Amino acid sequence: MNGLADEDLALLLLIRCFERKLLALFEQGELNGTTHTCLGQEYVPVSLRPLLRDSDWIFSNHRGHGHYLARFDDPEGLLAEIMGRKGAVCDGVGGSQHLRRGRYLSTGVQGQSMPVAAGVALHLSRHEPGALACAYIGDGTWGEGAVYEALNLAALWRLPLLVVVEHNGIAQSTPTPAQMAGTVAGRAAAFGVRHHAIDALDVTAVRREVAPLIETVRTDPGPLVLEFRTHRLGPHSKGDDVRPPGVRPVDWYAAYRAAHPAQSARVEAAARDRVERVAAEVAARPPAVWGGA
Amino acid sequence: MRVAENLNRALHGLLGDDPSVYVLGEDILDPYGGAFKITKGLSERFPGRVLATPLSEGAIAGAAAGLALAGEKAVVEIMFGDFAALAFDQIVNFAAKSVTMYGRRVPMPLVVRCPSGGHRGYGPTHSQTLQKHFLGVPGLSLFEVTPFHDNRGVLDRMLALGEPCLLFEDKVLYTRPMYGEGAVDELFTWRLVDDVAVVELAGGGDPDYTLIVPGGLAHRAVSAMRTLLLEHDLAGALLVPSRLHPFDPAGVPGLVPLLARTGLVCVAEDGTAGGTWGEHVAAGLHTRLWGTLRRPVALVSSAASVIPTAVHLEREVLVQDTTIRSAVLEGLHG
Repeated sequence: MNGLADEDLALLLLIRCFERKLLALFEQGELNGTTHTCLGQEYVPVSLRPLLRDSDWIFSNHRGHGHYLARFDDPEGLLAEIMGRKGAVCDGVGGSQHLRRGRYLSTGVQGQSMPVAAGVALHLSRHEPGALACAYIGDGTWGEGAVYEALNLAALWRLPLLVVVEHNGIAQSTPTPAQMAGTVAGRAAAFGVRHHAIDALDVTAVRREVAPLIETVRTDPGPLVLEFRTHRLGPHSKGDDVRPPGVRPVDWYAAYRAAHPAQSARVEAAARDRVERVAAEVAARPPAVWGGA
Repeated sequence: MRVAENLNRALHGLLGDDPSVYVLGEDILDPYGGAFKITKGLSERFPGRVLATPLSEGAIAGAAAGLALAGEKAVVEIMFGDFAALAFDQIVNFAAKSVTMYGRRVPMPLVVRCPSGGHRGYGPTHSQTLQKHFLGVPGLSLFEVTPFHDNRGVLDRMLALGEPCLLFEDKVLYTRPMYGEGAVDELFTWRLVDDVAVVELAGGGDPDYTLIVPGGLAHRAVSAMRTLLLEHDLAGALLVPSRLHPFDPAGVPGLVPLLARTGLVCVAEDGTAGGTWGEHVAAGLHTRLWGTLRRPVALVSSAASVIPTAVHLEREVLVQDTTIRSAVLEGLHG
């Protein structure tokens, strides 16, 4: 694997340590409700981070902690939101899967964000050419009709819509072959929508591969589907890991650590310390106060 | 001027005055101008902001919410209000919730227009009035077009609320004239109290009964009132709100004396029986005016049935002026 700048590796490991900490807090009974971690998929938003601009909108989903942290590097605000503590990004109302900050927004219903992202892209195409709307969805999301209505609209109206598919092969408990006929590529082709699949887990390689494609969304507007063939390393939410046993997990971090052991150990220790400090500090905060509707 | 023309002019005026307004819907472009011609002339005058869409109600509502999120304003036409069911997730779970679910208020200036109601033989899936399915959703207001309220004012008000609004538009009402200032006919006058049109007998005293109806029922209500006056010597009043939800007539100071003096309150609507807008309004009246009401609030709605296509079968299911008349007589004397 290509070596990474400390900054990139720190962000990757911040997300990993954050997600591990969440699962630990749940086991300790410190968290309420539910959460969906992105263990194994951290490299997707980190790869895209320098390719997306502040003027771009990002629509995230239920598995969105990595998307948020890659955009804002704000574990304090995110953990406060998940724990319902003061300083929460959305005053504790939205929780893990309903976040809004500036041009970043997540929703908890599968496929729901796609038409909304198309509407935002329509605005951008008129008033801020060059900016795009990026919607993260999963392989399971392709079961929702909203995806196709939005793809059709975005193709017809040539909207700058970047659809990032984190195809991790399992929709909650259902493997892709049991829930998807055909392929993501085939479905994009049916709408005349550009599609590109990425198998690389190496941030540098991913960036090199997708940068020119993302640029075309800005210069030659129209939807683009980027399908990351990725790997979920944890449960769907918490304690419901039904990935088939005996299959060796594909983990970008194991590969990176093998290639760069000293840097990995140093940066991971720092990330773990940071997350521990944040968790202790946020847990000590008073409850979030909602100003109401 | 007919109601359809008033609504069309209101949209022309709105698009002309506010460059951030978009109109989205199916088959709304000229020369077709929409299934009910409410969008006639809009796309020729404002080609970039009047957009015809595929048959994708969910995406239309979602894209409109996206426009609103990005600082624009959007008016959506659902060709037949029945199809708002196809946009339920975007309206209820996204647009309405987004106003408050992110902690701080997110303005969502969005109007979803729903041509509604029967009496035209369009059958079970093209004749409904779906208010009850959207009642009580936090962050969602329901309005209905009336022959009293100028639609430009109604559109401006909805967009200024900064939350998604459904606008129900009775399809038969489209073809009827707007009431001119003050006069309904030779018997009845009308005036506005808050946003509620109040129809009363010219020079009359305390009403024997008071009807509360959405705008689509206004003409049937007035017809019932004429008969009740001329054949039964009963003087009535009629309240027609612009906003159906939230709506609390007992909370409007200017209406309380009228409601307190009346012999019977009857709430009528086109929605099918069971879990209705009228039941909600009646519950509010019973609670707020318990010591004042002379009788329980009477309710009129369409039958708990699908809406048949054949004209004689449809007539049996839907509310007629005679249905309202019978309910008042039964309420007072039954």
